[in-house]
Amino acid sequence: MRYLIPILLLFNLPVFAKTHVAKGGSLQQVINIAGNGDTILVYPASYTDNEIVITRSVYLKGVNYPVLDGKKKHEVIAIKANNVTVDGFKIIRSGNSSIEDIAGIKIYNSKNVVIRNNILDDTFFGIYSQYGTNCTIEGNKISAYGKAELQSGNGIHCWKSDSMRIINNNITGHRDGIYFEFVTNAIIWRNNSHGNIRYGLHFMFSNNDSYVSNIFENNGAGVAVMYSHNVKMFRNFFEENWGDAAYGLLLKEISDSYIEGNYFTRNTSGIFMEGASRIHVSKNTFRSNGWGMKIQASCMEINVERNNFLNNTFDVGTNGNLVLNKFDKNYWDKYEGYDINKDKIGDIPFRPVSMYSMIVEKNPPAMILFRSFIAALLDKTEKILPSLTPENLKDDRPLMKPLSL
Amino acid sequence: MRKIIKYVIADILRNKIVIAYTIVLLALSLSVFNLEDNANKGLLSLLNIVLIIVPLISIVFSTIYVYNSSEFIELLVSQPLKRKTIWLSLFLGLAVSLAIAFFIGAGLPIILYASSTTGITMLVIGLMLTIIFVSIAVLASVTTRDKAKGIGKSILLWLYFSILFDGLVLFFLFQFADYPLEKPMVAVSALNPIDLGRILILLQLDVSALMGYTGAIFKDFFGSSLGITIASTVLILWAVLPLLWSLKRFNAKDL
Amino acid sequence: MIIASNVSKRFGKLKVLDDVSVTCNKGECIALIGPNGSGKTTLIKSILGMVVPDSGFITFNGKNILHDWEYRKHIGYMPQIGRYPDNMSIGQVIEMMKDIRHAKGVKMDEDLVQSFGLPALFSKRMRTLSGGTRQKVSASLAFLFNPDVLILDEPTAGLDPVASEILKEKITKEKQKGKLVLITSHILSELDDLVTQVVYMQDGKLKFHKSLQDLQKDTGEEKLNKAIASIMLRKP
Repeated sequence: MRYLIPILLLFNLPVFAKTHVAKGGSLQQVINIAGNGDTILVYPASYTDNEIVITRSVYLKGVNYPVLDGKKKHEVIAIKANNVTVDGFKIIRSGNSSIEDIAGIKIYNSKNVVIRNNILDDTFFGIYSQYGTNCTIEGNKISAYGKAELQSGNGIHCWKSDSMRIINNNITGHRDGIYFEFVTNAIIWRNNSHGNIRYGLHFMFSNNDSYVSNIFENNGAGVAVMYSHNVKMFRNFFEENWGDAAYGLLLKEISDSYIEGNYFTRNTSGIFMEGASRIHVSKNTFRSNGWGMKIQASCMEINVERNNFLNNTFDVGTNGNLVLNKFDKNYWDKYEGYDINKDKIGDIPFRPVSMYSMIVEKNPPAMILFRSFIAALLDKTEKILPSLTPENLKDDRPLMKPLSL
Repeated sequence: MRKIIKYVIADILRNKIVIAYTIVLLALSLSVFNLEDNANKGLLSLLNIVLIIVPLISIVFSTIYVYNSSEFIELLVSQPLKRKTIWLSLFLGLAVSLAIAFFIGAGLPIILYASSTTGITMLVIGLMLTIIFVSIAVLASVTTRDKAKGIGKSILLWLYFSILFDGLVLFFLFQFADYPLEKPMVAVSALNPIDLGRILILLQLDVSALMGYTGAIFKDFFGSSLGITIASTVLILWAVLPLLWSLKRFNAKDL
Repeated sequence: MIIASNVSKRFGKLKVLDDVSVTCNKGECIALIGPNGSGKTTLIKSILGMVVPDSGFITFNGKNILHDWEYRKHIGYMPQIGRYPDNMSIGQVIEMMKDIRHAKGVKMDEDLVQSFGLPALFSKRMRTLSGGTRQKVSASLAFLFNPDVLILDEPTAGLDPVASEILKEKITKEKQKGKLVLITSHILSELDDLVTQVVYMQDGKLKFHKSLQDLQKDTGEEKLNKAIASIMLRKP
């Protein structure tokens, strides 16, 4: 017994943490009197605060989604302490500025912050992390009603952050659904980013990140991953990014990355690559896109293997003759070859770049001849006598049957 | 005039080739719509039929028909009838019966399976192309006395409008690749009714997004009511001008 | 009734009508005679407005026929080779012509239709017809509308003797009504009993236009073909 009490004390530290309750008035005052580790239960009521600044490690828990209103003037919650949790709030109408990045919830230079199960509606930026480390942003529903790129902010915006976890958020109506700049070691998992004005996901200078099982649907220009290396993209859905200059996935100056098991469906270009190198593209499904992949001549060591190309207008487009990329064992529905030895691999190579797509790449106004008789004729001739399409852009071992992906 | 049109139409509609044309069109359209899982894709497949087969059949059939009717025309010319009446009746008879064939063969399936704006655009363009190529055919046949030469001329004209013209456009685009050619292309498309028709239909389909900047320029132009008016006017001119020219030639023709 | 003045026509290099002038009056039956390629058919077609002369003009009842079409109401034309829409039957063709050329107050003349026995063949398609039957149809159509002028291009060619006789009788009957009849033919003997005037053409030129009596007097020959032959021999 003598020994037990100190041990109990050791395990029951929270016993000393208090629980505060807020039911209207000023939430800031409640936070100010709370100590580190305290819990604050916030009930739906009218709160008079303009801007709530959290400077202590508190667990701020909304019960039945209390509404915090930025009245179109203020940042709603600013987190300036480590180990803060914000859970279950409805945050509406943040301020809107062309100079400052005003957000619904903003993390300033803090660690281990958790932002969970909140509803953000009509905020300028939704959740913003500036120098955040090891923070979790999970299960939030973030909606905005932006119309023009310049007058709206991003849904989840991370800047110079590290080890972030972005999980299961639903983001719509922002400029970019999720925006990363100088963010490392992050994981983006099971989010749904749709109907945003520019990109569903926008990566800049962010290395060693993964994104897995997300849905990017019907965004203005799809997803852009730029100036980064060591990015892993697994089992995401890139869908319905349809329009002039829209891409399922835009890669620019990317290296050492993996694109695996993704679905690219009904995009103007499934993947558009520029200046990319050492990228493995495998086990993806490209279905009903304008271009399955557009690989500019500035790319090298792109390995495209074991993908399905189904019902795309053009399977692969490129703009040069020098090809330093490899295509191997993909299934192409346009393949017309045969398989005599029945090893399920076509006996003659497949050239996924059509003559007409080369012409269009060199001379965009030639798109005026799209679906004309002459375009079809050129493609047929080129198939028999290749002359303009790159000699070594071919799949020597095309599969006879689609992969089950 | 109405009487002659009536006889021409009755004669053509009994013609085996027109019946075969209608049935083939019908079979193609129905199978296209039944094979493709969505109507827009069906329309895309039908596009080639409308742009290639319809002008070909219209121009070749009409040319042959005019030559084969030379005795009938001679008979009519010796009767108290205006030459203008005879020629216009012949043209209208051909245009109306081929339009009916197209409408039954392709129009009805379109209305049944894809009565969207795109479908209706395609239907209208198909009808317009039918009339335009009948008009070009009557011009080709009135300016050439020899039947074989005349049919050859029609086939060459069809070849020109469906392939050679586009080849020239391509050549032109590469020769002047350093200049911004998107806008001049709008004007160039007016020089070929098949191209104009194809672009008008493609702009209705969502594949127009693939057409990039060029597509955007076209959409900008043909999306406006002024653009639509101009495009329709150009198509109508393509039907009317060859006809008027052929009429002038027919009025002075020795039979 | 029909006056051609200085009519010339070229087909390419070939001059098919060279300064032809001719006058045709009511009640005359004119035989247009000449070797093959002498311009007979072209002259007829010029009168019908099917060929437009390069120079000269033609008047019908005092009116220039250029750009006119109504004067053809008064003409019945039987072409050399009458061909009709293949898909139509005889009945349909006749009905169609009646339909197209219907004029109020004009009594249809169906004599030939009846005497050629066409009603029995009404359902036959045109493409199945022999040359002779076609000629019967052509002849019937030429007379059908009771026109003032009959222009018959090689009317008896291809007709069997019986039909030929029927047609000749009909022509005689119409001539007696005071109509103008213009016939081309090379089977000269057939025309003997019909013709009142002879127009002889050669190489696009009108060599002479004489009444039958004058011709007989000049040549001392009774028979038309002999008269013509003696002229042809005399000329060069």
